[in-house]
Amino acid sequence: MRGPDRLAGELDEMSARLLEVAERGDPAAFAALYRHFGPRVRAYLLRAGGDIGRVDDILQETFSAVWRKAGQYDSRRASAATWIFAIARNRRIDAFRRDRRPEFDPEDPAFRPGPPPAGEEALATRERAEAVRAALAALSEEQREVLRLSFFEGESYAAIAVRLGIPLGTAKSRARLAFDRLRAELGAQREGLR
Amino acid sequence: MSKDKHVGDDLLLAYGAGTLDEATSLLVATHLALCPACRADLVLAEAIGGALIDSAEADLLPDATAPDAVFGDEAGSRGSAVAHAPPAPSGSFVLPQPLRAYAGGDAGELRWRAVGGGIRQFPLTTQGEGAVARLLSIPAGKAVPDHGHRGFEATMVLAGAFFDRGAWYRRGDVAIADASVVHRPVAGPEEDCICLAVTDARLQFLSPIPRLLQPFHGI
Repeated sequence: MRGPDRLAGELDEMSARLLEVAERGDPAAFAALYRHFGPRVRAYLLRAGGDIGRVDDILQETFSAVWRKAGQYDSRRASAATWIFAIARNRRIDAFRRDRRPEFDPEDPAFRPGPPPAGEEALATRERAEAVRAALAALSEEQREVLRLSFFEGESYAAIAVRLGIPLGTAKSRARLAFDRLRAELGAQREGLR
Repeated sequence: MSKDKHVGDDLLLAYGAGTLDEATSLLVATHLALCPACRADLVLAEAIGGALIDSAEADLLPDATAPDAVFGDEAGSRGSAVAHAPPAPSGSFVLPQPLRAYAGGDAGELRWRAVGGGIRQFPLTTQGEGAVARLLSIPAGKAVPDHGHRGFEATMVLAGAFFDRGAWYRRGDVAIADASVVHRPVAGPEEDCICLAVTDARLQFLSPIPRLLQPFHGI
C-alpha cells in the first residue's frame, strides 16, 4: 500500500502512523507500517546484505526496534521512511559486517549542540520528502545510480567504481554533485547554521 | 568553519548510506559531534535512503509476513527499554564521543608514544580493511614533516590548531589531502595540537630524516 498523499497536514501517511505508534502504542498503526515498509526493508536487506538466510531475522530485529524506539521518533526531523531506513541500515551493519559504524552521542558533555529544530521556516517533513523525491528524479541517470548503489545496495565508492568501470574520483564526484543538487532543492537550510 | 573544513559531502553520504569503513566513520562521527551544520546534512543524506526504500521497485517486494509474527512477544516490552542514562560526567573533554570511547579515555589520560620530533601518537583500534585511525599530538609551533600520500588522509583538530596549505584549522575542522597533495602541517604557537588522523594508505616522506617517523605511521 503506497501512501497516497491523502492527508492535508504536514505528515505523509506513514509518518502519521509512526507517530500513532509513538504516542499510543497503536498496534493497527504498527501493522500499517509493517505492511508498507516490511517488504521494502526486506528488499533492501536482500540487496545490501551478505547472508540471505538471515534476512528475515534482521527484518524482525528492525521492526522490533521500530516498535521499541518509536518514542524517539521526531517527525520534525525525518519522515518515517528515513527513520526506518536508518534503523535497517544499522541492523544490516551489525549483522553483515565485522566492523562498526560509530555514532555521536548527543548526551556527551563535549557534544556541541545546534539550534533547536526550526519552526515555521523549516520545511515540513512531508514537503522535504517530496523535495527529495523531486531532486532524485531530476538527477542524471549516472548520479542516481551512484546513490542507489550506495544507499540501497550498500556498496562503497571503491566497489561502485569497479562495478561501473569508472575511476574512484568519478564515483565520489557523482555523489557530491547529486548531493549539491539535493541541497539546492531543499533551500540550503545549512547556511543558517554556519 | 568554511565548507572545505568539513568532512565533505562524499564522506557524509557514505556515512549516511552505511558504506564507510570504521576508521573513517569514527572521524565523521566525531566531526558530527562538533558540527551542527553537518548533522543537518546527515539528516538530508539519510532522507535519500528513506526515499529509495519508499520507492523500492514492486518486483523486488516479497509477500509481507503478518506483523504479529514479526514482533510477537516484543509487544509487551515496549517502553521498558527506555532507561535513564546515568548522569554524564561534568567537565570539558578534549575528545568527544565516540572518539573518547575508542581511545579509552580523554587525551590527558592516554599512554602516548613518542615517535620523534616531539610528536606523539596514540593508535586507535578499528576493524575492517583499509583505513587506520590514530591520535597525534604535535608540539606547539612544530611541523609534521613533508609528506605525500598514495591515498586519502583526513585530519581533524581536537585541541590547539594547525596551519596547512594556507589555512588555519581549529577544533572540529577537518583537513583532507588526497594522493595529489604534498604538505607540511604546522601546529599553532599557543598550545600543542591534538588531532585525529585517518589514512587509507601509507604516507610517503620526501626526505630521509622523517623515516625516523615510520613508527609514527604504524607501518
